[in-house]
Amino acid sequence: MNETSSSRGNTHIGGRERREFLGLLVGATGAVGAVAFTWPIVDSLNPAKDVLSLASIDVNISELQEGQSITVKWRGKPVFIRYRTQLEIKKAEDANWQKFRDPQSDTERVKKAKYIVVIGICTHLGCVPLGQKNITQRGEYGGWFCPCHGSYYDESGRVRKGPAPLNLTVPPYEFLDERTMRIG
Amino acid sequence: MREPCVSAKSNRLQKITTMEKNEQPIRKTFQNSILAWIDERLPIISIMQREYINYPTPRNVNYFWSFGAIATVMLLVMITTGLVLAMQYTSHTAMAFSSVQRIMRDVNYGWLLRTIHMNGASMFFLAVYIHIYRGMYYGSYKKPRELIWILGVMILLLMMATAFTGYVLPWGQMSYWAATVITNLFSAVPLIGEHIVSFLWGGFSVDNPTLNRFFVLHFLLPFVILGVVLLHVAALHVTGSNNPDGVDVKSKRDTLPFHPYITSKDSLAMLVFAIIYAAIVFYAPNFLNHPDNAIPANPLSTPEHIVPEWYFLPFYAVLRAIPNKLLGVLGLFGGVAILFFLPFLDRSKVRSCRYRPIYRWFLWAFVIDVVFLGWLGGRPAEEPYILWARLGTLYYFGFFLLLVPLVSLFERPSPLPASISEPVLKTADRPRVS
Repeated sequence: MNETSSSRGNTHIGGRERREFLGLLVGATGAVGAVAFTWPIVDSLNPAKDVLSLASIDVNISELQEGQSITVKWRGKPVFIRYRTQLEIKKAEDANWQKFRDPQSDTERVKKAKYIVVIGICTHLGCVPLGQKNITQRGEYGGWFCPCHGSYYDESGRVRKGPAPLNLTVPPYEFLDERTMRIG
Repeated sequence: MREPCVSAKSNRLQKITTMEKNEQPIRKTFQNSILAWIDERLPIISIMQREYINYPTPRNVNYFWSFGAIATVMLLVMITTGLVLAMQYTSHTAMAFSSVQRIMRDVNYGWLLRTIHMNGASMFFLAVYIHIYRGMYYGSYKKPRELIWILGVMILLLMMATAFTGYVLPWGQMSYWAATVITNLFSAVPLIGEHIVSFLWGGFSVDNPTLNRFFVLHFLLPFVILGVVLLHVAALHVTGSNNPDGVDVKSKRDTLPFHPYITSKDSLAMLVFAIIYAAIVFYAPNFLNHPDNAIPANPLSTPEHIVPEWYFLPFYAVLRAIPNKLLGVLGLFGGVAILFFLPFLDRSKVRSCRYRPIYRWFLWAFVIDVVFLGWLGGRPAEEPYILWARLGTLYYFGFFLLLVPLVSLFERPSPLPASISEPVLKTADRPRVS
């Protein structure tokens, strides 16, 4: 063993000891191999293709009447779609939004004034606010009311009172035609 | 009360003397203060250093000694891939099959993880069978290593149970009928056989309760295996490794430190093993599979030709060779259980077959017999295969019960080398031997 290291181990390649170079080479190859084995294991925990394929949904809104609300499930979450009345639209647009906790005008939050589309999850701690089915539960600002910790949202889904820090999130959506809306 | 000014050095000396007085072992401390702090409280670092860096290993061990390390790595690969597969699998008769299809098609790298896991079972058994045969050829089961061997046979049994329960999970036709046939083996038990089987099933046939409990057991058993492997290795590190000459280590000259000598040797062996493994995973992922398992389980129709996985075939051949239900089942289980008694059946003091001129040939014949039985296990249950399987079974048990004890009594072993290093040093650096 001593003979080997003294006669062969000190051969120099580019000023670096051969043994050191081999050690680096083996270490680097091993590191690449370890990452190549670990990445598939970690990545398998990311959303699978069948989950991603449900990332966008098409909703038929042709049956929705003025004043009505529907709730659809998108990516496992409730999405509130409400066909607002003229009065509701006027109240949402005329509100003094610059003073709100999360200042946003109504026009920023809708694509067509008659439809308000928001993710039905309170921005405080994730409960589903009331007011979709029973209009008496909409709270004093006429939008939605979260019973968990008392957050009030208006006709545009903007937080007006209570602990929630932000307005209800507007999901990405588009109108494919008069009857169909695509969320996601 | 403050002591008068003493230099740090003499203070430390004082401490050491006190420790010696109290007869506390003075542990090797580390340069790194964090390592030293941990090691004084829990000597895990010095234990690892002693057992995996300094551990004196016979200098003549060959590549057959790498298969224990390979098997350990395979166990870890199976546990790692199995863990993430279990997160995607559904253990319900209505969904199990399609959840496996989903793993193959939709889950990110699911195809890779499953082929690694599925073929990993075969590679694990391959490594373990070579490991067992190495133990038989070089007499590693003999005094003082009997308990290591017995723990090893327990690992083999646990592996078989794990492999079997895992094979049932995809819920294809072969899964279902393997579960049915193997659980029905217990119906051979006199009087209470039927009750045992119904207990195993949790019902009147292999069904959802069976699938669910098999999934739970398949998840649990690998960790039991890991525990027994730790005992197996702990027992090994008490006696030290055997070696191809089978003679005891007599001096420091006979050994080399585990690191870097054995670690580098094992790494090379693992690399070659991994290349073969990867070749199967990437180029022939279904080579060891049965096409019938691509058909969802159907309790109303048995496939025409059912065979177990290759690693069970020799034992399956023994089962079919014996024309009596109870004896057939006893033969199947006995084929594995008899390994427990090998250390006590073999009376020869000489370990290695290198110095056992007669036994060596019977052992090679035994290997051929096992491979032959394996081949027969995959043949249909008809003549002439049944007759051949009977002859093979006769040799299998005859080897353990007659040849091993008798040969060990009458054989004259060849002269053993005086030590491990002697044959090497005779030619190398003679002058130093004196």
